[in-house]
Amino acid sequence: MAHKQFYFEDVEVGFEIPALEKHPTTQQLVKYAGASGDFYQIHYDKDFALKNHLPGVILHGALKNAFLGQLMTDFAGDLGWLRKLSVQYRGMDQPGTPVVCKGKVVKKYVDNGKPTVDCEIWLENSQGEKTTPGTATVILPSRNATA
Amino acid sequence: MANKYVTEEAQKQIGKAGEARTIEVERGAIRRFAEAIGDANPAFNSEREARHTRFGGMIAPPTFGRSLSAAIPDVKLDMGESFRGLDGGSDWEYFEPIRPGDRITVQTKIADLRESAGRLGPMVFITTETTYTNQFGQVCAIQRSTAIRY
Repeated sequence: MAHKQFYFEDVEVGFEIPALEKHPTTQQLVKYAGASGDFYQIHYDKDFALKNHLPGVILHGALKNAFLGQLMTDFAGDLGWLRKLSVQYRGMDQPGTPVVCKGKVVKKYVDNGKPTVDCEIWLENSQGEKTTPGTATVILPSRNATA
Repeated sequence: MANKYVTEEAQKQIGKAGEARTIEVERGAIRRFAEAIGDANPAFNSEREARHTRFGGMIAPPTFGRSLSAAIPDVKLDMGESFRGLDGGSDWEYFEPIRPGDRITVQTKIADLRESAGRLGPMVFITTETTYTNQFGQVCAIQRSTAIRY
């Protein structure tokens, strides 16, 4: 599944990064617990989560961080490089409902000879609430070698 | 107003580092991580396809470092046993890819301790900084994470 390669010349301030929809399930939370080593029970033990005044098991913030990482490595493509990724966990998300990662370019510049874009990114729930806002910086390839 | 928990004494913990650990990155661990987050990017999944990229082989997804189980230094604050904790978020900076077979040294230090007044009383913000360094001494990534206690 090859993604489209974006070049520096293809994007302007306001450019919308192709959205990434994810459908987290309780099974994915268990897989993520195993792969990451984060075994905090609020992510897979419903009774434990309820006892901790949560509505049920909730997504690992780190999993949402990974989803937003995928948004940005998909955008950077094979020729780009994700330079910075920053996320803040503001709201909880539960498995069984889809979440969408989105972003837009807010600054375009050449940094030390490298074609660079800063992006505002976020993960939103099905009500459109941004539960996980953040920022990212990506170096993109240029069609013009002297850019 | 003086801080309730992040006292001058507590602030001496800033800079305290956890034990450095060196972990060899297994190709299977990268694939399992990519599968767990649902990322089918060939760069993280297929050596055969990744050989055609400019990296010349598979690399790890951006947040893979979390699986390398850094030793988090213990932060001592006089909050009793009943405080609650929250994960506030993370800031990552990337310099070099992490590849299968790399020997990554992971070390975490306490970068900052702050306190502010919240709706439910004082909130403590603990910022840790984790550095991921490969076997050539190149820093691959720096991760700053904030944990909140209240």
